[in-house]
Amino acid sequence: MSSGTPILEVENVTQRFGNFVALNQVSVAFQPGKLTAIIGPNGAGKSTFFNVLSGAFAPTSGRVRFQGRDITGLAQHEFARIGIAKSFQITNVFKQLSAHENVRVAAQMREARFELLRPRASLRSLIDKADHLLERVGLAALRDKTAADLAHGQQRALEIAMALASDPVLLLMDEPTAGMSPEETTVMMGLISALAAERTLVLVEHKMKLVMGLCERLIVLHHGEFLAEGTPDEIRNNAHVRRVYLGEG
Amino acid sequence: MDISRTLNLIARHRVGAVIACLLVFPLVMPYEALAINILIFGLYAVGFNLLFGYTGMLSFGHAAFLGVGSYLCGIAIVSGGWPWWAAIAAGVAASAAVGVVIGYLAIRTRGIYFSMVTLALGQIVYYAFYKAERWTGGENGLRGIRVETIQLLGWQLNFVDPLTKYYVILAFVAAALWLVSRILNSPFGAVIEAIRENEKRTAACGYDVARAKLLVFVLSAAICGLAGALRALHLSIVPIDSLHYLQSGQAVMMCLLGGMGSFFGPFIGAAVFLYLEDVATSFTSHWMAVVGLIFMVFVLFFPRGIWGSLMHGLKRHGLGKEAAS
Repeated sequence: MSSGTPILEVENVTQRFGNFVALNQVSVAFQPGKLTAIIGPNGAGKSTFFNVLSGAFAPTSGRVRFQGRDITGLAQHEFARIGIAKSFQITNVFKQLSAHENVRVAAQMREARFELLRPRASLRSLIDKADHLLERVGLAALRDKTAADLAHGQQRALEIAMALASDPVLLLMDEPTAGMSPEETTVMMGLISALAAERTLVLVEHKMKLVMGLCERLIVLHHGEFLAEGTPDEIRNNAHVRRVYLGEG
Repeated sequence: MDISRTLNLIARHRVGAVIACLLVFPLVMPYEALAINILIFGLYAVGFNLLFGYTGMLSFGHAAFLGVGSYLCGIAIVSGGWPWWAAIAAGVAASAAVGVVIGYLAIRTRGIYFSMVTLALGQIVYYAFYKAERWTGGENGLRGIRVETIQLLGWQLNFVDPLTKYYVILAFVAAALWLVSRILNSPFGAVIEAIRENEKRTAACGYDVARAKLLVFVLSAAICGLAGALRALHLSIVPIDSLHYLQSGQAVMMCLLGGMGSFFGPFIGAAVFLYLEDVATSFTSHWMAVVGLIFMVFVLFFPRGIWGSLMHGLKRHGLGKEAAS
């Protein structure tokens, strides 16, 4: 285990949906500055775990701490404000707005949430920031295009620009390459490793091969329970993990 | 292209453009009372559109705000003996207050449930005013709102003269349109559009969606309340129908007809709707059938409404990009 205070800490988290136990007493700590992936076969509870981490819902029991602060049950909009941003598994953009406006609205959160009389155009720094972020994710040329008209991979990239717009300390990504073509996947992986150099990044991924070469640490879930944690090499050689993945076929 | 430049110019000075049209408007209308009606209902539709077209929340209870604005303005004059401007303020404040209560209860729900909750709460307001006969006149409506002269900056304006009345009311409508345009252009205007597009994403971006919805609901209620207060002064009475759910439905029709989610749409919708009503009633008592038929044609073939379809058509030819919003 690496030393220092974890940036995000999950303690005995259990999530029930009726009689179904999606997560059972999971405890994990994420170290700052690292790129960590949460992996596991289908039905392992990855998405539920992601939703608990990102504040989509509060767990049935257990605590979540961010930089030492208890954030269990904090309202969804507070997450972005304290420095946790996310990109969704199913693309969530503002479809009828331009790519630039999508990022600009997201960037505006830190400066002007309830300003009714100032013209948007006067917030020049936000316009520039949105342009800068679009360039970062490779969408500068498509700035005025309506988000709905962008290709799937471009919409995912747009989402990441939106997540970055709130200047997050911690970026959470739910299956960032889901539904992407091999070319789009390569581009996205390049972007992820570039982003990981600047901030703590946690991603949930279904495809184990993909994350092996990318991540510093892996956490494996299985049937809603913590199975293993370690470096890619440690995970590759872990007998439990091999059984779970080989057993699945 | 010249058309393109003109359209973008109009879009950039949209408040000025509407006011310029409204200044000459009574001169082209068959009679002034119709022009005043269009002015008032145009404002009502603009207030409604703030919630429906821009935030994506379809309220079926907006008659409550038009009606409360009318009644409280009327009651302040009839029972309270207040000056006309204080009565208008009372109408707007009362509508905003009712907006806080209805909004607080309704924004917990989404989609069709939101529509049904606003409809139900609107009906409660209707029955409350219907029963409070001592104040509201009950079924007969509130009568005797007499405002004959208006003192403005030392001027004595004859409010009985229809053209003078039109321009006095226009002054209020113009101020409200300026405010709405300002809000739509503001950072907050961007947030409500984001909510319309994707609520979950807006919350993930760090915006308190419930608070934003309540704020826009109350703003919408206040603007509809102003329309109501002006209507009370215009008609000298407040008919109980002002609070009826058919009146709520009218706001929806006007917005859809003109083009929801656009600045000019609701006003165009109100003008077309009321003009059609006026023309149709002159040759048939079944005017609702005529208006209904035209409405159906629009919903089926021009779902963007008059202004929306026009702009979409021009945009496809590469014209007037800015004017569409």
